[in-house]
Amino acid sequence: MKYAFSFLAVIALILIAGLGSQIPGMQYLFGVVLPYLAIMLFVGGFVYRIMDWAKSPVPFSIPTTCGQGVSLDFIKQDKLECPTKTSEVMARMFLEIFFFRSLFRNTKSELHDGPKITYESSKWLWLFSLIFHYSFLLIVLRHMRFFLEPVPFVLSALEGIDSMLQIGQPAMYLTDAFLLLGLMFLYGRRLLNRHVKYISLNNDYFPLVLIFSIALTGILMRYFLRTDIDIINIKNLAYGLVTFSPVIGAKIGAIFYIHLFLVCVLLAYFPFSKLMHMGGVFMSPTRNMANNSRSKRHINPWNDPEIKPHSYAGYEDEFREFMVDAGIPVEKELTAAKDEA
Amino acid sequence: MAVAKLEQLAKSVVQGPSMATGAVPVKDWMDVSAIFKPGNYAYQAKQEKVEYLNSQKGLHFPNAREWSPEDEDWKLPENWKEIILKGLKERLEKFRSLKIFMDCCVRCGACADKCHFFLGTGDPKNMPVLRAELLRSIYRNDFTLGGKLLGKMAGGREMTVAVLKEWFMYSYQCTECRRCSVFCPYGIDTAEITIILRELLHLVGVGINWILEPVSNSNRTGNHMGLQPHTFKDNVDFLADDIENLTGVKINHSFNRKGAEVLFITPSADVFAEPGLYTAMGYLMLFEHIGLDYTWSTYASEGGNFGLFTNNETMKKLNGKMYAEAKRLGVKYIIGGECGHMWRVVHQYMDTMNGPADFLEVPKSPMTGTTFHNAASTKMVHISEFTADLIKHGKLNLDKSRNSHVKATFHDSCNPARAMGLIDEPRYILDHVVDGWVEMPENTIREQTFCCGSGTGLNTDEIMELRMRSGLPRANAVKHVIDKHAVNMLSCVCAIDRATLTSLMNYWNPGCDVCGVSELVGNALVMEGENRQELTEGLRTLV
Repeated sequence: MKYAFSFLAVIALILIAGLGSQIPGMQYLFGVVLPYLAIMLFVGGFVYRIMDWAKSPVPFSIPTTCGQGVSLDFIKQDKLECPTKTSEVMARMFLEIFFFRSLFRNTKSELHDGPKITYESSKWLWLFSLIFHYSFLLIVLRHMRFFLEPVPFVLSALEGIDSMLQIGQPAMYLTDAFLLLGLMFLYGRRLLNRHVKYISLNNDYFPLVLIFSIALTGILMRYFLRTDIDIINIKNLAYGLVTFSPVIGAKIGAIFYIHLFLVCVLLAYFPFSKLMHMGGVFMSPTRNMANNSRSKRHINPWNDPEIKPHSYAGYEDEFREFMVDAGIPVEKELTAAKDEA
Repeated sequence: MAVAKLEQLAKSVVQGPSMATGAVPVKDWMDVSAIFKPGNYAYQAKQEKVEYLNSQKGLHFPNAREWSPEDEDWKLPENWKEIILKGLKERLEKFRSLKIFMDCCVRCGACADKCHFFLGTGDPKNMPVLRAELLRSIYRNDFTLGGKLLGKMAGGREMTVAVLKEWFMYSYQCTECRRCSVFCPYGIDTAEITIILRELLHLVGVGINWILEPVSNSNRTGNHMGLQPHTFKDNVDFLADDIENLTGVKINHSFNRKGAEVLFITPSADVFAEPGLYTAMGYLMLFEHIGLDYTWSTYASEGGNFGLFTNNETMKKLNGKMYAEAKRLGVKYIIGGECGHMWRVVHQYMDTMNGPADFLEVPKSPMTGTTFHNAASTKMVHISEFTADLIKHGKLNLDKSRNSHVKATFHDSCNPARAMGLIDEPRYILDHVVDGWVEMPENTIREQTFCCGSGTGLNTDEIMELRMRSGLPRANAVKHVIDKHAVNMLSCVCAIDRATLTSLMNYWNPGCDVCGVSELVGNALVMEGENRQELTEGLRTLV
């Protein structure tokens, strides 16, 4: 029932914003106070989480090596999968962050009679994750036009490319369609893939439904409910927010407040949820460390110098007679050891 | 514990109702408790072993007692929960990996079917993600805002004895092989999770004997097997005699000799039991052939380090002997034999824990003049690196036809592949010592290699069925090349593999033997002054 619960939660949020924003005087709360609060929570929370991670040291050098390491001259190193230098680590991280390198390796295993296990390449998760994340990124960037005056050329160009198919009026953004598609895939596999279904938590369904609702309200506003909103007032509000002189004009429809409120919830929720993988991916020690722990000493700040091996002297004391009998060299001959004792 | 017959297990793996075969459990995983019965758990550590370890300086193994996992009451300390939560808090502060791996998982499920334990048992808690959730749910409940406010709604749950038992069950059904970490988009490494879980369990006196007894032995006698100095020497001498009988070449080796150029350390299993013995014979022959000035040590007579499977303090204490002995003997550098987890410790932990080894010199092969820059700080070279270099410079006289009885494939051990990047060196050696060896399917080798199923101290007989299950993905890939290329030898560079893969092959693929790469080198060596008999099975030939 976890998947259903996330719908209920988001419906409740929609009702709060839809009804609340229609109460006279509450527009200021939904249009100004909550956005400021959400941004503060997002930035503050994000910074706090990163600092909190950074506070814990990385005691050991633990990169996961996914290819041949640096070795003899005639053994070819796989610099991207088993980096030794900082530049190579950065290249590995670049592939990981921008192209989801590890997810690209994904395989699907199957058990057959025999028994026989097979592994087939399975790139669907990789593909739809890329679609989802890049669409989301472009949509966020497109929204910057609300906060900037004049709108920089790059943003206008981006919009042009995004709507190049010229379907409908106003022209449909490709990223809108792709975002919904990506979300539907990610949600669908949580219901249909038995492994993923069994492990999924509220924490997994909720952000998907939330982002889906944000996208949906955005699409409704742009393509279907245009008469309910006044785009000039929205731009004024947005611009006012970033210049710290917010004004609430008349005629901003409920649909806008719902959209904005859901975004506020996402921002506030972000630092306290798994969505922090956005920051964590940069800091994962198995990926961002060089595989050079034999050529360069890695320092553990809490290494305890008091932990010493069981001493050779203690060892010899216990086994001296046997060692001498077997002709193994000793530090103290038997007679000398006996004299001391 | 009787192990299921091959036909039964073969059927059960594929058709038994499990997560791996298509069944979905009815109950939420949080509502399923771990039930211990003979055969599904490794025996608890003996009281005297725990007491001994706890008495050693720098180590902490409290709550020694008689107990059994099958008992309802595990005789935990009264404040066990407080100890566990405090232990977790400390470790969150000490390991960034733990914090990040607790926070970043999105449960995408990419790791789910990458685990050999999951593939072989179908138990959903053997999906790496769920193994981590066993700890993550406690972390959320007690250390995150969402969990504190919303509890179970946010995926949290209370720390209870049932949870602790579950930790014990599943942290000992993970071999810390890191295969899942290769596929994770955030590099989440279940080995880190398992390491922490086992550390926490030791805080309340929960551990297994197959790990703590070798650890005690290693601390006291210098090696896991508990071989005392004279016995260790006898075993190596015996191998040297065997070589002389087979090849007519007298082996000159020494023990604890001061002033040798090189200290050689290998897992004690290599001098203790078949088929590791033949690998050790390979080392002895190789060093004799090139006239290396080296010594064995009885004090540092263990390459392996079961401390890695308990906690980082124990790992450090056991590992400390390597540098201590190198310093005492005044050698220039160390060469290490074939072993998986030993090399994880040497490559990723040793210098950090027990360095800097500034009393040693950067390793330089006296035969070829090659400097091993990749070991410039740790000053320890892998035997495969050392051998490959010798071959490249034509320092070995090799005759492949002496391995004509062998049709080999190569198993990458987890740690050299995924925690070191030692992948092509053994392959280079194989190219020069055997004819036409073949690779297993690509999703089962190199960084995607499958564990033998019995690493991290799980190579004990009372869980044999579990081991045969978790080893199935490896065995299955070997079977593929047996059927296709008539492979009869599974070569590897790991002492645990040599023991465990032998059981695994006997079970799933009878007729396929297991060997170390150095054994094949020994077979192929044409030595000066040899008076070699007709060795139809190489060093294994009975004469």
